Amino acid sequence: MAVDPGRRRLAGGRIRARRLDAGLAQADLARRVGISPSYLNLIEHDRRRIGGRLLIAIAQALGLEPAQIAEGAGDALIDRLGAAAAARGHGAEDAEAFAGRFPDWAGLVEAQAARIEALEAQVAGLNDRLAHDPELSASLHQVITAATAIRSTASILVEGEALDRDWQARFHNNIHADSLRLAESSRRLAGYLEAPGEAAGSGALSPLDRVEAALDRLGHHVPALEGESPSLRPAEVAAGVPGLDASARQILNGWCDTYRADAVALPLDTMARGWRETPEPLALAARLGCTLPRLLRRLASLPPGIGPTRAGLVTCDAGGALGPRRALDGLTLPRGGAACPLWPLFEALSQPGRPLRALAAMPGETAPEVLCIAVSTVETGPDWAAPPRAGAVMLMLPRDALPEAAPRLRRAVGPGCRLCPRDGCPARREPSLLPASPRPL
Amino acid sequence: MARRVLLIEDEPNIIEAVSFILSRDGWTVHTHSDGASAVARVHAHPPDLVILDAMLPGRSGYDILQELRGAEATRHLPVMMLTARGQARDRELALKLGATHFMTKPFSNAEVLDRVRALAGG
Repeated sequence: MAVDPGRRRLAGGRIRARRLDAGLAQADLARRVGISPSYLNLIEHDRRRIGGRLLIAIAQALGLEPAQIAEGAGDALIDRLGAAAAARGHGAEDAEAFAGRFPDWAGLVEAQAARIEALEAQVAGLNDRLAHDPELSASLHQVITAATAIRSTASILVEGEALDRDWQARFHNNIHADSLRLAESSRRLAGYLEAPGEAAGSGALSPLDRVEAALDRLGHHVPALEGESPSLRPAEVAAGVPGLDASARQILNGWCDTYRADAVALPLDTMARGWRETPEPLALAARLGCTLPRLLRRLASLPPGIGPTRAGLVTCDAGGALGPRRALDGLTLPRGGAACPLWPLFEALSQPGRPLRALAAMPGETAPEVLCIAVSTVETGPDWAAPPRAGAVMLMLPRDALPEAAPRLRRAVGPGCRLCPRDGCPARREPSLLPASPRPL
Repeated sequence: MARRVLLIEDEPNIIEAVSFILSRDGWTVHTHSDGASAVARVHAHPPDLVILDAMLPGRSGYDILQELRGAEATRHLPVMMLTARGQARDRELALKLGATHFMTKPFSNAEVLDRVRALAGG
């Protein structure tokens, strides 16, 4: 195997380190391998190159394989050690010497650095999940609202001037009602968090979670993939994102491929001008001569200042499995088969080619209404025998994002059955965990 | 004449508590609970300060804030956002859309009073 000259020059350092570890004087080792101490000194200071029989003899004398002297630790190991040191603000110049002298310890350091990186990615992903899980968000909102009312009302009772009896009784009743609501919401929330397999703190993140966290950090916009001569290829973008395993990288690779194809067909200046003059997706797709799915994806991956102020995007395949999602103001659809099937995204699957526009209303008086534009997608299979790949894409915009009046079609959707309090929903799969609301939903 | 605060919030017991402490401090407090008609309510009877919940029935507080900032009459109206979400991204969104101040629930009454006095004058 050819040895890189740069690495080979450093073989002397490894010989010296190993000799000292073995407690040998230069003269002792020189005598054993049949050279003079001064010549060994030159080798150890990398002033003489070493190879052939002498390399084998020195390796045998030191109890090493010749390759361990010639090649030292693997380049990849040294690179990872250097990266680990650099990530924590330390110089990386001693990485090779360290790996050569203490290969086992170097392997341990490398493994721990990889573990730290994975855990950091997991923490980032969990943070992201806490922010974007609509079920958890709705449940937490109930708890915080009740706590706010109790805190404010209790403060009036204990801190303020004397209250008349009517006000006191009124505030006491309010606190009692809110405390019951808080207790019930807390119990339901605890049950949700402890439920195996679906809760926010339930263990390792999936590759899709990692990809979504990475895309959120990028703002779902990748300048390196824009323009006629992009600075990176899609695979290079995916390879440059830290904290992704092979599965996540493959998913991100596919997302970047689609992004690049969309960016080529719909350049940023075209989108900026188009949305400014025709801020309606179906009309804009017709004007730009592109498919509606492509336009919807593109509208959700534009930089600030171009296109809609805020946008979310969800895609799915014909089996209902969701791809990487972009939440709108924290709202998106849950994965794992837990999503409400009434979202226009799934409705589009049953109506190939027909664009749908609906105002999706989440349950509860405080829940947001989201303008959804959804359409199915079909891709031809790679050969005559392969079935087409069907799916759907849904753009989510704030309720009043489009200048025209809100669509008449209104869909009562939910975050998923477990935290959806709607009674009598025809699509309900399982009972709700939530307490019944005292007010109409 | 007492300065007017419009509290746009849908939770009845929070409305009652905040209205009580502001009224006791000398403010004239009006309340409104529906997000969809909140902007029209502001324009119909302009207050000196709006306290705006982020999650409202019919329309989000962020959308309401955005529309208020787009109208000449309410561009500089002090708006204090209340939200149950205290994450940096929510704060950034509120401030980016033009909120004068951002307050996270659960808040203290003293905090609300101090901020109302600072934003709308005593």
